[in-house]
Amino acid sequence: MNPGVNSALNATINPGMAPVATPFFFYLLAGLAIAGGAFVITRRNSVHSALALIVTLLSVAGLYLMLYAPFVAATQIIVYAGGIMVLFLFVIMLVNIERASKERRFNRIWPAGVAAAGALMALFVFAFVKGKALFPDRLMTLPESSNTQEIATMLYGERGSMGQYTFAFEIASLLLLVAILGAVIMTKKKM
Amino acid sequence: MVPITTIHYLVVAAALFVLGVIGVLTRRNVVIVLMSIELILNAVNLNLVAFSRMWGNLHGQVFSIFITVDAAAEAAAGLGILIAFFRNKETINVDEIDLLKW
Repeated sequence: MNPGVNSALNATINPGMAPVATPFFFYLLAGLAIAGGAFVITRRNSVHSALALIVTLLSVAGLYLMLYAPFVAATQIIVYAGGIMVLFLFVIMLVNIERASKERRFNRIWPAGVAAAGALMALFVFAFVKGKALFPDRLMTLPESSNTQEIATMLYGERGSMGQYTFAFEIASLLLLVAILGAVIMTKKKM
Repeated sequence: MVPITTIHYLVVAAALFVLGVIGVLTRRNVVIVLMSIELILNAVNLNLVAFSRMWGNLHGQVFSIFITVDAAAEAAAGLGILIAFFRNKETINVDEIDLLKW
């Protein structure tokens, strides 16, 4: 482990930076996120689904802020709400929504899908009830001011040495390049 | 009021995950299936960041950034496939996608 991570491990609770009214905002954001998710999978019009998904993504960004992850929250807003959702809206506009909004919304076998998802939820509930002792009651407070800097150290390394995730970071850029090329080639008219 | 702990965030993430699974398994519109996959990836991200705070280190946050990168790549490739498919078959319903069915 590098020294930056150790200093984060030793983070202590700093009452000056603690968020106010935590339970209220948590339940508000969690409710918004789940309501948005429910809207996404039930709306007939895909544009409405996309807007509901934006609400969910922004609420989750708020939850990240409450978890002392400002960089991840900013990434969420910029990349998801700003980039991926614009891509989704473009594609919704390209394929015709007129026909799709008049047809059946769900598969013929939708009860089986809901039953499978219910079984998954039951598994989650079982795991959380059985494994509750594994999760400490108190959350640690991460040092919010140096968060982004330490993430940068882990991704880029410092003073010429490779960070812990530098290689994975470069591979991720390669993955994005391949995805962009794939998308461009697949949407070309003539191969 | 009960203080908000890790398990609260895990429950929210589990709910989002299950909503995403329901969307993937039941909807016919491919665009909404892809959106449900984004919901699932977001639930995973929320779990990772919550655990990152629980343990007081930043590895979870770095992982969540990588998952965001994957989500972007997946959306770009998936929507590219969707447009190519729509050009051939004039439909975006999952149950009519059977070109590879023999």
